[in-house]
Amino acid sequence: MQELKNRIKQLMEENVAQRALGWKKGEFGYDAQAAFFESTDELDDFVYNGFCGANLSKYMIEACKKEGRTIICLKPCDTYSFNQLLKEHRIQREKAYIIGVGCKGTLDISKIKANGIEGIVDIEGADMFSSENLLKIKTVYGDHELAYSDALLERCNCCKGKEHMIFDEIIGESADTVSADRFEQIEKIEQLTSIEKFEFFRNELSKCIRCNACRNACPACNCRKCVFDSDKFDSAQKANSDSFEEKMFHIIRAFHVAGRCTDCGECSRVCPQNIPLHLFNRKFIKDINMLYGDFSAGSNCEENCPLTSYSFDDAEPGKI
Amino acid sequence: MKKINLNKLKELFAYISEKSSLFLPIESANSINFGMYDEKAKVRLDVLKTSKSPKDLFFPQSETLYSCQSAKGKISIEPQALQNDEFVVFGMKNCDFAALEILDKVFLSEPVDTFYKARRDNATIVTLACARPSESCFCKAYGIDCAQGAGDVSAWIIGEYFYWCANTQKGVALLEKTAHLFEDADEADVESAKAQIRDIVAKMPLMSLDLKNWGKGKTAEKFDSPLWDELYKPCLACGTCTFVCPTCQCYDIKDYKAGEKVVRYRCWDSCMYSDFTMMAHGNNRTSQMQRFRQRFMHKLVYFPDNNDGVFSCTGCGRCVDKCPASLNIVKVIKAFDKEA
Ligand code: SF4
Ligand code: SF4
Ligand code: SF4
Ligand code: SF4
Repeated sequence: MQELKNRIKQLMEENVAQRALGWKKGEFGYDAQAAFFESTDELDDFVYNGFCGANLSKYMIEACKKEGRTIICLKPCDTYSFNQLLKEHRIQREKAYIIGVGCKGTLDISKIKANGIEGIVDIEGADMFSSENLLKIKTVYGDHELAYSDALLERCNCCKGKEHMIFDEIIGESADTVSADRFEQIEKIEQLTSIEKFEFFRNELSKCIRCNACRNACPACNCRKCVFDSDKFDSAQKANSDSFEEKMFHIIRAFHVAGRCTDCGECSRVCPQNIPLHLFNRKFIKDINMLYGDFSAGSNCEENCPLTSYSFDDAEPGKI
Repeated sequence: MKKINLNKLKELFAYISEKSSLFLPIESANSINFGMYDEKAKVRLDVLKTSKSPKDLFFPQSETLYSCQSAKGKISIEPQALQNDEFVVFGMKNCDFAALEILDKVFLSEPVDTFYKARRDNATIVTLACARPSESCFCKAYGIDCAQGAGDVSAWIIGEYFYWCANTQKGVALLEKTAHLFEDADEADVESAKAQIRDIVAKMPLMSLDLKNWGKGKTAEKFDSPLWDELYKPCLACGTCTFVCPTCQCYDIKDYKAGEKVVRYRCWDSCMYSDFTMMAHGNNRTSQMQRFRQRFMHKLVYFPDNNDGVFSCTGCGRCVDKCPASLNIVKVIKAFDKEA
């Protein structure tokens, strides 16, 4: 991490960029937050460890409104979102200096806590660039140990790969984290009857409090004004007035990001109600792959998205 | 003081729920929230905090106020019936109970909110001591004692037993109704459990949070601080913090068109949203910095200004646990302290 910090400092001192977008340490070692570092002094609080799950690419929209260039740290999966934002003209390439940071998987604090680990005061071993696979967790109730690899976010267990899709330079090694098939759960749900499917999703979505964390964390949800926020439409909703609206919000959102969702996993990571939102998006990804051939949103800036381009060979409704 | 073996709790729940609705922490689809008891419910009294606070049992996320029907050129108004059935809330934590007392200041002062009042009047609340507080808790900073609930009934889980004693008339009534299931207990068991909890509290990192720089009359000092500009930046404006908070009290009133009918309902609002307090001329808070500032100033300065110094936060720590950007009221308080 020191190497990364030093490099950012150097880039700022050499005026390659005017500020940096990274992560800052929190209260308990697991609550790192996204942060703009406007001067090199502020870098004292910079961290990059397993708890830096936040995908910073969407903050680039704000950074682009600022004077000069911003250094942005992107994990491999974050680079897909960055590309996608570029493609949608929401950010400008020349405003960013991208450091692709190595990744050995990001950690899920709720998974750690689900092991009955409470009262956490410190966590050691979350460093991204160490080959150790052990988290040492100090709590008021006693000490615990847990394998780093057992505390990964779901998205990291089925990571798309450790290659950065866009960068100016790369710092740090990555390690393989894949232990599950990305579409396994989708296939399982596909096997259910329509009534069972409905029941499954109704159960999950009935927990939704419409806090909008999923939408606001999502890099693909980057409209200047969301249709659900605008008082100019009947669709404006602050709460689900009934269970129909509850589903409608999520289904519309899933359709709107179809073909643009990079499967970065932020929606599920941030949901305070543990709703597995990525399942919707992955179903679309799986179907797009099947209907139009393999496609990975954000893997580059040039390729057309199958849903926004037309060809004579396109699949026809009802003829699959 | 009375006690009952934990394996007989199910009998107690069945008995209470026969006579009135019973709400308690229930696990459903991987989340734990207050829900209505039935035989199949997976009751989780062992968890410290439900994802959402229990405030929506009194102030639901959305509720109908009245509806209008048009027929043959005439409009008729259908009032919404008040919640007039008694119900029991079981296992509320003391921070969440203290939060209700804060909501009372808003909804029970003139003009009284009849919807809220009806629910408050009809509820019997069993507060359960927190056996294992967490690092995100800071109730003690507000003088709240998590070892001794202040509801109609105070309860503890100690070893194999569930203990309780009544604090109010409603509490006495609940204990009387269920007396046949309980046996007499030794006060001393509970005293030592309380001492143990207070020992843990003393070790929790946020419990000693100092609020001396906040409260009444701090508007001029805090409002224009450049710190807000720095603090708000990672905020996603999602509103999670306001929706999981037991003391956030703002709501909006909306109409829902359903064919010939219009339903007027109210729903939680969030100061983090761009159309919060939107008026005909537009909005008086035009940037996310201002909206972010509103949330914390309201809790730590404006509310105390209007309520004899009482803060509108009970240190439940849900915003600490749930903010997707890892921001929270503690970080705000500490950032200002560092500056001072
Ligand atoms: S999905 Fe892959 S690249 Fe992204 S955080 Fe997880 S392991 Fe790292
Ligand atoms: S983050 Fe979760 S609770 Fe919030 S709106 Fe999205 S699905 Fe609903
Ligand atoms: S403080 Fe956190 S929870 Fe609240 S609106 Fe901002 S990002 Fe969302
Ligand atoms: S502001 Fe945060 S800690 Fe305070 S009562 Fe609300 S959710 Fe709990």
